[in-house]
Amino acid sequence: MHETDMTKALLMTVEEWWESQPDRPDIERIHLIVGQFTCVEPASLQFAFEVQTRNTFLEGAELVIREIPLIAFCHTCQQEYQPVLGLRYACPTCRSPMDDIRSGRELKIDRIEYAQPASTLDKELIS
Amino acid sequence: MHQTFDAALGINLLHANQQGADHNRTHFDQWGITCFNIMSSPGAGKTALLEKTLEAIAPDYNVAVIEGDMTTELDADRLRQYGVPVIAINTGRSCHLDAKMVAGGLHRLEQDYDPAQFDLVLVENVGNLVCPAEFEVGEHQKVALLSITEGEDKPLKYPVMFQEADCLLITKTDLAPYLDVDIQQIIANVRQMNSHVTIIPISVKTGEGLEDWYQWVRSQVSLAARPVVCS
Repeated sequence: MHETDMTKALLMTVEEWWESQPDRPDIERIHLIVGQFTCVEPASLQFAFEVQTRNTFLEGAELVIREIPLIAFCHTCQQEYQPVLGLRYACPTCRSPMDDIRSGRELKIDRIEYAQPASTLDKELIS
Repeated sequence: MHQTFDAALGINLLHANQQGADHNRTHFDQWGITCFNIMSSPGAGKTALLEKTLEAIAPDYNVAVIEGDMTTELDADRLRQYGVPVIAINTGRSCHLDAKMVAGGLHRLEQDYDPAQFDLVLVENVGNLVCPAEFEVGEHQKVALLSITEGEDKPLKYPVMFQEADCLLITKTDLAPYLDVDIQQIIANVRQMNSHVTIIPISVKTGEGLEDWYQWVRSQVSLAARPVVCS
């Protein structure tokens, strides 16, 4: 269950960002990018996120996971192809090994959506 | 009034672990140490391989072992018989070693020894084909083991581990006559995703392939940078 550790790393990074914000905004959504050629299972991440954010500043925030397909580039055929996970990784045309992965290894916090607290908005309207 | 804002982060989820791994590797390089991260599923023969390896190379090299195990020191005790320092790290419920745990192990090694005396640190990871592949610990080379009893399809099912490996040992080849397993097919499956990996079929029981493995170990150690002298 390394998704638990991944989630801990995610929460630490988000907390660091949140504490650096002067008005500590309400975080509504965290957008993650998870490549299909990683050892991370999105459903396990969702579960760990829900459990670990209870009674924290992230309670109720939503985790949005965008999966990125595994795409490789064959240098012999000079073209991209999509390996079939669990079945075939070599180039379907010439059977060259999968040497150049173009996408699918991502594990990234893409962006955070947040609502600015009402008090700050009021101040902005007045000024 | 409800207004939503957006902050772009673009931060790697494993950023902290990667920094820790780079930090460990810097230490290894300063001390002139080569580090292997040894990974496999439980029971593929990591500890048996280390026993043979220590027996064969400990006379020529100064070796230390960092032993990851979820709860016991059974493996560490087996290896201590070979007269090398063995640092046991109990990972608790965690299914892999991470850079921070290995850094803790290195600190413990430093308390009793001058680390610059070592040539090789062997990190035996927790038995698991999935998680250790994502967590670098500062190694120079990743060594994966796959026993022939696990079947030909495992590289296809756990591709990240086999794609990352620098050396793959196909273990327990002495059992081949009793199994319907095709070792050439295992090799072909690994080659689909990793053209550069060194593949050595071995048996610690019969000794098949072990000389080739020791030679690979020696070649990696002699490639290592000599200790960096700080002025």
